[in-house]
Amino acid sequence: MMSSVEGRPVASGANGELAAPAAIRLDLAVIAELVTAKSRVLDIGCGDGALLALLEARRQVDGRGIELSQTGVNECVARGLSVIQGDADSDLVHYQDDAFDYVILSQTIQATRNPKVVLSELLRIGQRAIVSFPNFGHWSIRYALGFRGRMPVTANLAHAWYETPNIHFCTIRDFVELAENELGATVETAIAINATGQKMGMKMPWWFWNLFGQQAVFVLKR
Amino acid sequence: MTSPTTVDTANAAATSAAGNREALEPSSPVAVFGHDEPLHLDAGIDLAPFQLAYNTYGALNADRSNAILVCHALTGDHYAASQSPVTGKPGWWSSIIGPGKPIDTDRYFVICSNVIGGCLGSTGPASINAETGEPYGLSLPVITIRDMVRAQKMLVERLGIDTLFAVIGGSMGGMQVLQWTVSYPDKVFAALPIATGARHSAQNIAFHEVGRQAVMADPDWAAGRYLLQGKRPVKGLAVARMTAHVTYLSELALQRKFGRNLQDREAFGFGFDADFQIESYLRHQGMTFVDRFDANSYLYMTRAMDYFDIAADYGGSLARAFQGSQTRFCLVSFSSDWLFPTDENRAVVHALNAAAASVSFVEIETDRGHDAFLLDEPHFFDAIDGFVSSAARARGLSR
Repeated sequence: MMSSVEGRPVASGANGELAAPAAIRLDLAVIAELVTAKSRVLDIGCGDGALLALLEARRQVDGRGIELSQTGVNECVARGLSVIQGDADSDLVHYQDDAFDYVILSQTIQATRNPKVVLSELLRIGQRAIVSFPNFGHWSIRYALGFRGRMPVTANLAHAWYETPNIHFCTIRDFVELAENELGATVETAIAINATGQKMGMKMPWWFWNLFGQQAVFVLKR
Repeated sequence: MTSPTTVDTANAAATSAAGNREALEPSSPVAVFGHDEPLHLDAGIDLAPFQLAYNTYGALNADRSNAILVCHALTGDHYAASQSPVTGKPGWWSSIIGPGKPIDTDRYFVICSNVIGGCLGSTGPASINAETGEPYGLSLPVITIRDMVRAQKMLVERLGIDTLFAVIGGSMGGMQVLQWTVSYPDKVFAALPIATGARHSAQNIAFHEVGRQAVMADPDWAAGRYLLQGKRPVKGLAVARMTAHVTYLSELALQRKFGRNLQDREAFGFGFDADFQIESYLRHQGMTFVDRFDANSYLYMTRAMDYFDIAADYGGSLARAFQGSQTRFCLVSFSSDWLFPTDENRAVVHALNAAAASVSFVEIETDRGHDAFLLDEPHFFDAIDGFVSSAARARGLSR
């Protein structure tokens, strides 16, 4: 499922680690910088509306959201945000082409049933798609799998394999492959964030990002 | 649980008399429209004169921008937040409308009118046709949801209001809300359609038809001329209400409230009395309903809902009906509602998405079925409060 009552799936720290909420704020702050003022924005999996509220306050956007949980939608509506109950896999088909300037899918693509279809829908209904996701190529994950022989459970990916909502993991390189080669999209901006929450230098090569980037934020254009 | 045999018949007769008195001489304010202001009905007939009975709560502000129209459901009335003169019960939405409540009468001017075709003071089949001096009965043209809304528009203008801050209602009231946003898109700032749909489904038409057939099968219905003959088809109307009432609940709620419990007895009576509590409950619902509602009006109201299909007016495209709408929408459905299931509400949401309209949508988890929109549901109240308050901020309405 796309998101849970607690918020975005990857970020819901089951053991109460503080790293996860800090990661949400960083992720959202990075996205907020990428959105131009007064644009039309759709946030898919908008949780309690934190990003939409941030974008409306800082960027004066005309924001809409989709969220699965009743609690999340209620919080959004109570905040005065235009949010519908629904999910990325089934509800995007109802939007017109180019309906938004930006369609945002933050920490959610790995929880969709069909990431390729969802991504192509984002590129259809938005002039630009902003996608952030946890990088499964991060060294800590490779370590867990490669040396310990166990599915990784980290602060950022806090669920055990048998209860995780995250069913379609990818690495930064996998994502670029899907976006550019499979869907013919252009990567307009790419940002990797390391484990200490720092943006990584733009000059670094892909392999470096793929190894040390804990999260990635991409701006894609058709 | 009151057994039908224990219903106080003298009291029932008094209620019934009060109901008919309210139809003819309503104790609420009434807006009368003369021959110079006919109501253009979808049936192709101009209805004149006609009147709408209404109530208002709160005060209209100086720039007349804080008016909320509340639309009532099939068997509702304009006593949304004040005591019904017929039943003596509090208003049907008095938990939602009032000072400090989700629809805050300290901030907003709330209008609720009895729909055209109703039986609580607005022109309907029980009203006297001035030309004949007799009750209209079935000579009243069939009324549609659009006719109801057209009449409400005339009332709103009569009250000196150009644009409504919000239009809110559930079930048939929700249909009126949707019709308002389509008929008069620039006159509605915010719309809150609840537990409703953009058309009446085949199953819903089927249940209505069962109800109508029950009324018309009662010999006391007298081809709709019962008022002239001093009769009332109470049995038929009670059966209609019993059927309809089941559709307002849910299997879970029925099981939870009644199960297979017996009524005032230890064992089956081996007869056809109300052995089960659910039977007794339904009989009671039927009996009390006939005391407050006119049978012909029930036929007209159910027909209006059956005819409702917004997309049909726009070449089959619901999205086209909402094209260019600047209204802020919030739809609410209830998870156990099988009369207007979430999917029917969601179809409206999808059409609004396709029309690029501003829309919120929330499904409230409850086992109380369609009737949940009339009950205390905290999440539902929060959603109304949140949406209306944010719309008020956007409208620039001060606290």
